[in-house]
Amino acid sequence: MTTRIWVPCDSAALAVGADEVAAAIAAEAARRGLDIRVLRNGTRGLLWLETLVEVEMPAGRTGFGPVDAADVPALFDAGWSREHPLALGLVEEIPYLARQQRLTFARCGITEPHSLADYLAHGGYRGLRNALALAPADIVATVTASGLRGRGGAAFPTGIKWNTVLKAPGTEKYIVCNADEGDSGTFADRIIMESDPFVLIEGMTIAGIAVGAARGYIYVRSEYPHAIARLEGAIALARHHGYLGANLLGAGPAFDLEVRKGAGAYICGEETALLESVEGKRGIVRAKPPLPALAGLFGKPTVINNVLSLATVPVILDKGAAYYQDYGMGRSRGTLPVQLAGNIRHGGLIELAFGVTLREILYGYGGGSASGRPIKAVQVGGPLGAYLPESQWDTPLDYEAFASLWAVLGHGGIVVHDDRADMAKLARYAMEFCAIESCGKCTPCRIGSTRGVEVIDKIRAGTGTPQAQVQHVVLLRDLCDTMLGGSLCAMGGMTPYPVLSALNHFPQDFGQAGIEQHGSQRAA
Amino acid sequence: MFHATPAPAAAASTTSTTSATAATAATAAANAAVDGILAELFARLGNRQDQLLPVLHGLQDSAGYIPPDSVPAIAQHFNLSRAEVHGVITFYHYFRTEAPPRCVVQVCRAEACQSMGADALLEHAEQALGCGLHGRSADGTFGLEPVYCLGHCASSPALTINEAVFARVTPARFDALIAEVMATGTREAA
Repeated sequence: MTTRIWVPCDSAALAVGADEVAAAIAAEAARRGLDIRVLRNGTRGLLWLETLVEVEMPAGRTGFGPVDAADVPALFDAGWSREHPLALGLVEEIPYLARQQRLTFARCGITEPHSLADYLAHGGYRGLRNALALAPADIVATVTASGLRGRGGAAFPTGIKWNTVLKAPGTEKYIVCNADEGDSGTFADRIIMESDPFVLIEGMTIAGIAVGAARGYIYVRSEYPHAIARLEGAIALARHHGYLGANLLGAGPAFDLEVRKGAGAYICGEETALLESVEGKRGIVRAKPPLPALAGLFGKPTVINNVLSLATVPVILDKGAAYYQDYGMGRSRGTLPVQLAGNIRHGGLIELAFGVTLREILYGYGGGSASGRPIKAVQVGGPLGAYLPESQWDTPLDYEAFASLWAVLGHGGIVVHDDRADMAKLARYAMEFCAIESCGKCTPCRIGSTRGVEVIDKIRAGTGTPQAQVQHVVLLRDLCDTMLGGSLCAMGGMTPYPVLSALNHFPQDFGQAGIEQHGSQRAA
Repeated sequence: MFHATPAPAAAASTTSTTSATAATAATAAANAAVDGILAELFARLGNRQDQLLPVLHGLQDSAGYIPPDSVPAIAQHFNLSRAEVHGVITFYHYFRTEAPPRCVVQVCRAEACQSMGADALLEHAEQALGCGLHGRSADGTFGLEPVYCLGHCASSPALTINEAVFARVTPARFDALIAEVMATGTREAA
């Protein structure tokens, strides 16, 4: 009987040699005359174990990892038994995975991402079938009742956004998927697009039916060529089998999709800049109002949602609003795909109901730092997110709890730094990043970021008189205040989060002036 | 197509030496190739402005870069000003306006990679390739560029060599990858 062996084809696995591992397994099996079929699954998200090879055994899929091509002959010698040092036991029972609550990522790593048949066999397109039997307003009501909030950062309720588009006048409407995930520490969108692309296509199709849009665009960053290729392949398959096109499943309304490739501009993750880019212009932020829901792509009513929001819609339409609502805490309902990265032993994707603490993520899942040194600071929510010191790690992952700390949960990306991190250098980096990536439309962001780099350079040089040094810190706070209050979008408006949190929590890294300023701020 | 306004260099070359004539011939061939690429893209994608980025991507994918000489033809096709097209090309980091070196190395500079030694890796790359960031090696083989997040933050530091991504890159692994490029020619994107 043929033994099936899975080797991931997610680009995180490819980047550490998965193709070589797959080729070595096929060659070694042929050399030994064994009847083995190598399948290419997506990733489970246990990224420190990549390349994670899974072998079909009577008890279930058994894991081995991290496997290098050079390990393959020895794995065959050991008969892929539990005795081999790389053996991990049943994959589903690895605690990191077993303790997760996977709704959006339920199929990732299990199925072959390029197989529509595999998608259907694992519950795919049940949500769309249910949606086709409902009135548009009822689909929107279901999404609203589920409590799903946008995963892009602002956390706006998805159902309310859809309802605005549904009620907007006009017959030409659009669904736009923001797949410009460019935040350091985030890779959940990439995993969905590469490991389960049909779930995103299904979610967008349901959105189209719900608001009366016949066309959708997925705007993917150019840094993700694998994701683009995978989506294009999946769209072609879905169209061929009637899941996209003139009549959905032969009887429904029309809906079709295309992928648009970005071109390396971080600002295009901002929704209005993204719309400008799809329209063929520079990605410059639009002033709001009007909201994109009323005047979005090509001036028409547009649903613009993040990958994770759209990819979560199928499970809600499949299992119902109440099923999803039951997960989470407070006003943060459902699950949050946490992406644990940076200097961490067990980095990867962790989908959990809202409410778990940061400390549990860092130590219970992450296993502490990769370097073995103490963890110093944790940046949550991308390059515009705050740095959290240890005193804040017992905060539950919840939008409101983070807001009360003057921090953001954003897209759920967590980047860990050990005690060697220089927080003043990282604060400078945040300003430099803003200066490079600012779209230039508003002055606080365009000029403020450049001045921010200069003033932090002066603080770090430490060459001024003590009074001058303190003045630089005062000026930096002033500048941050202007950027916070005066910027047109989150690019300039949130750059102060990493800068000020670094200054407030780690004043020693800014020299004596930082400490004195910090003291006087506290006294004030 | 885009030779509607002849470049000054081409006009001056009529009185130049044989090698310059050969260079002009090569330029003419390259221009003709770009014309062909654009004609195909224009026919396939149409002239609605939202196809501007797809045209620019298509041109860069085929020609390796977006020759500044091609701007007038693109502008005319989309009924835009040259300034508007130039503005779009220069706004986006991904688009390049000169031919890339044979091997482009992009080192991720985002925070997650920094936390795992990307700065030291970049320094190592600069030494090994003999050029700084945004620079080219002396023989023109290698170019070193920054990139902000390849989505491999949990296996950092990461870099690309001609668009093939490599994660958990140590200086030793970097040297091995570059040696492979030197030995086998350009490493193709995976």
